[in-house]
Amino acid sequence: MARTVTSQRKALTTAAAWIVGLLIFFPILWTILTSFKTEAQAIASPPIFLNFDWTLENYAIVQDRSDYMRFLWNSIIIAGGSTLLGVIIAVPAAWSMAFVPSKRTKDILLWMLSTKMLPAVGVLYPIYLLFIKLGLLDTRTGLVIVLMLINLPIIVWMLYTYFREIPGEILEAARMDGATLKEEILYVLTPMAIPGIASTILLNFILAWNEAFWTLNLTAAKAGPLTAFIASYSSPEGLFYAKLSAASTMAIAPILILGWFSQKQLVRGLTFGAVK
Amino acid sequence: MATKASRSAARLMMAPAVILLLGWMLVPLTMTLWFSFRKFLPMRGGDLGWAGFDNYARFVTSSSFWPAVYTTLLIVGGVLVITVMLGVLLALLLDQPIWGQGVVRILVIAPFFVMPTVSALVWKNMFMDPVNGLFAHLFKFFGAEPVVWLTDAALPSIIMIVSWQWLPFATLILLTAIQSLDSEQLEAAEMDGAPSLKRFWFIILPHLSRAITVVILIQTIFLLSIFAEIFVTTQGAFDTRTLTYLIFQRITDAQNIGLGSAGGIYAIILANIVAIFLMRIVGKNLDA
Repeated sequence: MARTVTSQRKALTTAAAWIVGLLIFFPILWTILTSFKTEAQAIASPPIFLNFDWTLENYAIVQDRSDYMRFLWNSIIIAGGSTLLGVIIAVPAAWSMAFVPSKRTKDILLWMLSTKMLPAVGVLYPIYLLFIKLGLLDTRTGLVIVLMLINLPIIVWMLYTYFREIPGEILEAARMDGATLKEEILYVLTPMAIPGIASTILLNFILAWNEAFWTLNLTAAKAGPLTAFIASYSSPEGLFYAKLSAASTMAIAPILILGWFSQKQLVRGLTFGAVK
Repeated sequence: MATKASRSAARLMMAPAVILLLGWMLVPLTMTLWFSFRKFLPMRGGDLGWAGFDNYARFVTSSSFWPAVYTTLLIVGGVLVITVMLGVLLALLLDQPIWGQGVVRILVIAPFFVMPTVSALVWKNMFMDPVNGLFAHLFKFFGAEPVVWLTDAALPSIIMIVSWQWLPFATLILLTAIQSLDSEQLEAAEMDGAPSLKRFWFIILPHLSRAITVVILIQTIFLLSIFAEIFVTTQGAFDTRTLTYLIFQRITDAQNIGLGSAGGIYAIILANIVAIFLMRIVGKNLDA
């Protein structure tokens, strides 16, 4: 008796959860579907859900007309470069804070976090000016630097929380066995830290990929990443839903896949360990 | 115990990150502070000298200041109410035993990974367009007059778009918090015959209070500076000009750097007030 009630209840909650989940996901699904329609079918009334002539022409048009690959490449360089640079700088810092903590470690961590809270618009003009002076405007190098700096606090924090979970006894044992500091880092810590570092890289790549204040304000034709590429569709000409959808699908697909892998790290990375 | 040598090594390893962030914070901040006290119009004469607190006074007395504050509060408040309330409900739902839980979770989280320019443009064109948008079709189907969303109901439309983006974040964090709840306590309450609403009110909600606070604080910081969603939809027209967007326009459109910088300093102060509360919670957790 009790079992039938619970399985009935499970069926109900399952139905409810799937309906809500599909509703939330629907805009993304609709975008993906529309990207395979012709422009006429994309605005057909009543809307066509599935029974249209699937076509790939929008993807070809988007590439031809606006050189999608260049924007994609810029996105990869900017998101990847800023993340890797950030990790290279953050690993030693997080390592020392986790394993050689001092009285000021907590203050330094909180201060780093506070730099993340600085509203970007408050420093827009100074950064713009510095970029002009240093010849960094509309360059990938410039964006790599800025995105590295805005994500550095999150990278340090994430790595710190991962490193802190590595038991200190293992390090002591290695030290007792006569391992030097270099050996300790290279052979003992690094293997244990790799999963944490990988998660950090993943989440920060996503954050950098989607960043849309600095990428819109500091780039033009040359170094614009996909955020800027999509923004160019805000003043459209003629029919463009299918093309917009194709461009959007290409811009979000890689991140949706990466995001799937990073969902567990999301909470840790974005709440700075305040929710576990 | 850490030796003296490892302490200085530790300091050395921290140095690059600390110095970079220090520079990133101090250099632009000092420049903004400096500009905020200057009459600085790059297109109309350049730096025209000391302005005292003129820019600060003009920024808050301009006719667009209070509407911008009001818009900002409505967007931040509206999105917070929607995401936290729906987030709690969704988290409760996803915490139940469900077939295909992993897939549902991904469906719910997905909007968070969509870049802001994409979600704003997809909503604007394919859902909110008064002629070809899905909402227009839906309204017509029920015999209602389609709404010109981003003109006649621009602010609610933007609140809706941004809520869609942030609901996954709230849900995910609240779900994590619910899952850390001691199930024995809940079972005991159930045995004692506490109805589910009471269990929610007296056990689950108090347990979630900290997670909710964290969601509110973190989202507030991000929501105060939303930009792309307005940039590609209304460009600040139809009462959707937030404080962030107003400052952006002062700097890029009006090219009044002094005035924009004064606004920037206000925004920094505002963000810091929120940040102080967040830091307290995070800091407490660090000691534990």
